Amino acid sequence: MTVIEEEIGHPGGEVHHEEQPRGFLLWLTSTDHKIIGKNYMYTALVFFIIAGAMAMLIRTQLFAPNNHFVSQQTYNELFTIHGSMMLYLFAGPFAFGGFANYILPLQIGAPDMAFPRLNALSYWLYLTGGISMLLGFFTASGAAAFGWVSYAPLSSATNSPGAGPDLWIVSIMLVGFSGIFTAVNLVTTTVYLRAPGMTMFRLPIFVWNMLVTAILILIAFPVLTAALIMLYADRHLGTHIYSVAGGGMPVLWQNLFWFFGHPEVYILALPFFGIVTEVIPVFSRKPVFGYKGLVFATLAIAGLSTGVWAHHMFTTGTVLLPFFSALSLLIAVPTGIKIFTWIGTMWGGQIEYKAPMLFAIGFIAIFVMGGITGVLLASPPIDFATHDTYFVVAHFHQVLLGTTVFAGFAGFFYWYPKFTGRMYREGLAKIQFWLAFIGAAVTFIPQYLLGLKGMPRRIAVYLPVDHYTTLNRISTIGAYMMGLAFALWIVNVWVSWRRPIPASGNPWDGHTLEWATSSPPTHHNFDRLPPVRSARPVWDMNHPEFADYKTSHSGQAADRERQQ
Amino acid sequence: MRSERSVYLMVGTFFFLIMVIYFLWSGEASGTIMLFAAAGLGIMPGLYLAWWARRMELRPEDREEATLAEGAGPVGAFPGNTIWPFVFGMGAALTGLSLVFGVWLAVIGLAFIISTVLNVTLESRRGGAV
Repeated sequence: MTVIEEEIGHPGGEVHHEEQPRGFLLWLTSTDHKIIGKNYMYTALVFFIIAGAMAMLIRTQLFAPNNHFVSQQTYNELFTIHGSMMLYLFAGPFAFGGFANYILPLQIGAPDMAFPRLNALSYWLYLTGGISMLLGFFTASGAAAFGWVSYAPLSSATNSPGAGPDLWIVSIMLVGFSGIFTAVNLVTTTVYLRAPGMTMFRLPIFVWNMLVTAILILIAFPVLTAALIMLYADRHLGTHIYSVAGGGMPVLWQNLFWFFGHPEVYILALPFFGIVTEVIPVFSRKPVFGYKGLVFATLAIAGLSTGVWAHHMFTTGTVLLPFFSALSLLIAVPTGIKIFTWIGTMWGGQIEYKAPMLFAIGFIAIFVMGGITGVLLASPPIDFATHDTYFVVAHFHQVLLGTTVFAGFAGFFYWYPKFTGRMYREGLAKIQFWLAFIGAAVTFIPQYLLGLKGMPRRIAVYLPVDHYTTLNRISTIGAYMMGLAFALWIVNVWVSWRRPIPASGNPWDGHTLEWATSSPPTHHNFDRLPPVRSARPVWDMNHPEFADYKTSHSGQAADRERQQ
Repeated sequence: MRSERSVYLMVGTFFFLIMVIYFLWSGEASGTIMLFAAAGLGIMPGLYLAWWARRMELRPEDREEATLAEGAGPVGAFPGNTIWPFVFGMGAALTGLSLVFGVWLAVIGLAFIISTVLNVTLESRRGGAV
């Protein structure tokens, strides 16, 4: 494998290598997927901490009845920006900007992403988009306060005046374009830059999931950008696309938004499914159980996710209930297949309970709970009773916290040695897991009960006579536990930075190609690649007596050829 | 290339089927149009990949028994460090923010964008880190 630095031209002249810049200048100018991936990851984690701090403020406000910790307007801004940041700025970019950017080229044996300059551009659009969203807090009228879904007519210029909502619109557009560019990069890299022998059905499941996520991004994000342009036109250019007054339709916004919004849920979830599918086999010392089943389940989830958008709109009375209910219930089938393959992978394995594995198992527990309540909500009678209550809040927090945070931190700790060349502190990571896991249960299970008692979402104040107090108190205490867990994580990263324990190239006895290079990998990733004869090339190289290719037909043929 | 083609075509065909069922059952316009576009976004790249899959020999990465030696030779030219994606990003952000704070920001933003277009073109001709 040869990689050419782009130094074409210079007719008759000498090609000279310039020094790699360092520090701040490297951060500004790098086109290396590893540096851009790390930039994405650290930026996303900073947004996660900011949005998490907002969640603490929200829960503090709800700790007591008739509380006035923050004003009602501030409360609306907080939950709007908390949701927007977590979904647009943390969960998605953490996965497809951070993990995928760093890990995907390594896992397929590529020297870089297919379009390195475009990759750098997408990071800058993401960063400026994120800053634009936060700028809203510094404007006279405050940040956007219409919820992360920005429903019309609440988002009109009359109901939400000021610069904050416009900043929100611009911010989401910038981040949307950044996502689209990253998706183009991921698809092209997967299709064109694989190592010899790395056929599609030998790709690590993480790469498969990123490919499908990228396809979904390319289908979903343009719809959102178009909807946002129309929203801006309604606010400032005098059109009436979403307002009844001029002959428009407010519910059209919901159709457009959720046509993006529901695939978005899977854009957020699929990469993290991929991460746990990398973590579980390594710490069970077994190959993935049901590889092809997982691939087809991923494709089925992608297909179905685009046909279910209106299950968020059951109570509008304008949608075809049986169609959307049926398709939403169907998604439980491929998702269930995935859960069983993860359990099947662990079954009979030599499980090592390191922090990444703990987070992966925690993910399964929390995600199954959130997923099953999702199946309940797909049934219109239950949805009519619980729509816009805390039952829905608890459902989607369990789904998203399970995937983006638990599976996300499984991936973070799993690949941390690869990113930095240092080990994290196992003890601190385990305490973080238990605090976060118990904290998540204590936070969200009471919210299901609150929802069933009828507590509406997005209210800043409730009264003692509502009898919501005790459950809200428990929920807030759980939220503080999670806050403490992530403070511990910062301590862990700090300790590992100041007192480094060096990590080898392959500290976990990993399976896939990223473990065949040094930690952190060299420029253009590989000095040499191991032969790819199965979905676990590094395992095959390190354990030739148990190599996967020995059990496959084509592998045996190749073995015979070698012996002759 | 054949598996890649199939992934796209499977997803696109599924959306097309859903679109037909949805249209016949609900008769609703906006959802049908969005599903039609989604099907197109699956089928169009699928057909492009299928067009190439028919005309290309199997690449080393498509064959299970390919050896590393078959992948020898340049995989591509990758750019060195460059400031222009950053400048373009700032230009795009300022142009976007002009929608909020006024057209004057777009003047600065577009200046950044135009200078990037010129310099990236020069950079790819001259080559190397700039």
